[in-house]
Amino acid sequence: MAAPTLPADSLLQPRAGTGLRRFRSGLASGLIVGAFVLAAVPLVALVYYIAREGLKVMSWEFLTTDLPFAQRSLEGGIYPAIVGTVVITLGATLIAVPLGVMGGIYLNEYGRRSRFAALVRFLAEILTGVPSIVMGLFIYTFWVLPRGASGFSAFAGSLALGALMLPVVIRTSEEMLKLVPHELREGSLALGSRKSRTIRTVVLPHAAPGIVSGSLLAVARAAGETAPLLFVIGATNLVNWDWLSGSNTALSVQIFGNASAPFVPAQERAFGAALTLILIVFLATALARIVTVVYTRRVSGS
Amino acid sequence: MTPESDMTPAATAGDTISPVDPTPTPVRPPEVPAEPASVPGREVVFNLSGVEIFYGEARAVTDVDLDIARNEISAFIGPSGCGKTTVLRSLNRMHDLTPGARVAGTITYHGEDLYGPKVDAAEVRRRIGMVFQKPNPFPKSIFDNIAYGPRINGVRKRAALEGIVEQALTRAALWGEVKDKLKSSALSLSGGQAQRLCIARALAVDPDVLLMDEPCSALDPIATARIEDLMEELKETLTIVIVTHNMQQAARVSDRTAFYTAEPDEAGRRVGKLVEYDATATIFTKPSDPRTEGYITGRFG
Repeated sequence: MAAPTLPADSLLQPRAGTGLRRFRSGLASGLIVGAFVLAAVPLVALVYYIAREGLKVMSWEFLTTDLPFAQRSLEGGIYPAIVGTVVITLGATLIAVPLGVMGGIYLNEYGRRSRFAALVRFLAEILTGVPSIVMGLFIYTFWVLPRGASGFSAFAGSLALGALMLPVVIRTSEEMLKLVPHELREGSLALGSRKSRTIRTVVLPHAAPGIVSGSLLAVARAAGETAPLLFVIGATNLVNWDWLSGSNTALSVQIFGNASAPFVPAQERAFGAALTLILIVFLATALARIVTVVYTRRVSGS
Repeated sequence: MTPESDMTPAATAGDTISPVDPTPTPVRPPEVPAEPASVPGREVVFNLSGVEIFYGEARAVTDVDLDIARNEISAFIGPSGCGKTTVLRSLNRMHDLTPGARVAGTITYHGEDLYGPKVDAAEVRRRIGMVFQKPNPFPKSIFDNIAYGPRINGVRKRAALEGIVEQALTRAALWGEVKDKLKSSALSLSGGQAQRLCIARALAVDPDVLLMDEPCSALDPIATARIEDLMEELKETLTIVIVTHNMQQAARVSDRTAFYTAEPDEAGRRVGKLVEYDATATIFTKPSDPRTEGYITGRFG
């Protein structure tokens, strides 16, 4: 059966110019898809390359044995670096997220248009632009140096990464709190709730998913930082679970050290460490998302 | 309350009406003297005198003198920008939250200065509840929405909370619809249900007054009718002040109506003011001010 054709004078026929409009619409769609593909290419290529190279050395043994004392050694894993990264990043999160969220609460709920709030906002903005190595130098000068050789520790690393995360967390928290509808605050206050309680029970739960997302970006970014750690955590090939004292190491530092070494086993180890770092960040992100969903579901009761 | 008690001409403001009126009065007494700001025959909950409200330098409302009577529904009507919501929000100190907002003149609540130095605004809002134009359920479960206020007041026991929640939802005529899904999110309710939830939430702290800021403007006629029926029941135990854009609504539900309008001041800025305050029947049948008549007959506004 032939496709039904409309008579030439039909009201339902495309108007003049429809062809051009369709062409432009198609062109725009094509460009958008093209832009997305273009953006995805480096991402996929990067992950693919790291996975391909990293999987060459990846094994349970690689993840659980100590670092070799000689970089050219074929033996050894990256266990101490995993421990270091976890301890340092977790510590930095512990320092920066509560402080940052409280800072955000101050800026949006209390300070608002005050001069002090404007100053804090301005400084936070500047801090986001400070090169990460400067944060390392700052902590090195004010925390590590006064303590001499015992100044190197995972804690110093957490301070450096925390300083890096703090402005991001402050600004995201403020932005997320800004999005909480004013009616909810009024509804709570109209029931005789005090401001602090309103913030705790209505405002924060509403803003929580956004704050977690923002904090996660900051954490993920910090977990991969090398420069601020180079000065402040010392150097060791041994496992050190102690957050507060003793030299430590981290995946990012090991990637940097091994990748710049002239030995094939070291370079392979660097790729293995890179893959491990990506996996850790991925797992942490997934875990935090799940926790947020469960938390918001509990407070929003759906 | 009884219909006759409304119209007792002899009693004066400040008196409590006796439950049994020995002398049966005619349904419509012969001419109550025009006394716009006072409420004869009923206990006064709010007394506003010389109230002016400012936002920063700008004067939003001026010259508000009126009494709100207990167990009545008082309606504030008038065109947009006439300050009716502004006055309403001054009654439970919601303006405290707006930077730069300032209330001048005196507002007393049961004879106590609402803006006195020792008054705790949170305590004020516990006694004087508020329902907003847009239903604003918290993103929590239905149960937790209602229990929010009682929990502020220190009620912790589950059984006690359950009792309060059921009672509040019943008073707000919502219990039957939600009793099987108290744990589901309040955001899943329809607009009318959400507004009744907000009313129930306000009732759960057992307030003395309920302020309603255009509570039906986002609702369809059926949901509106339910809220109006509800108000009629609630006034047995509460005092209600409602702001409404809808003149028919004011005529239907209220006992007393205050008409506000906005007029340019010396500097040419529009300032809201109270024009006339009287029994609703009087306002809608023989208002004493031509501006009121103009508004209610649809000539402006």
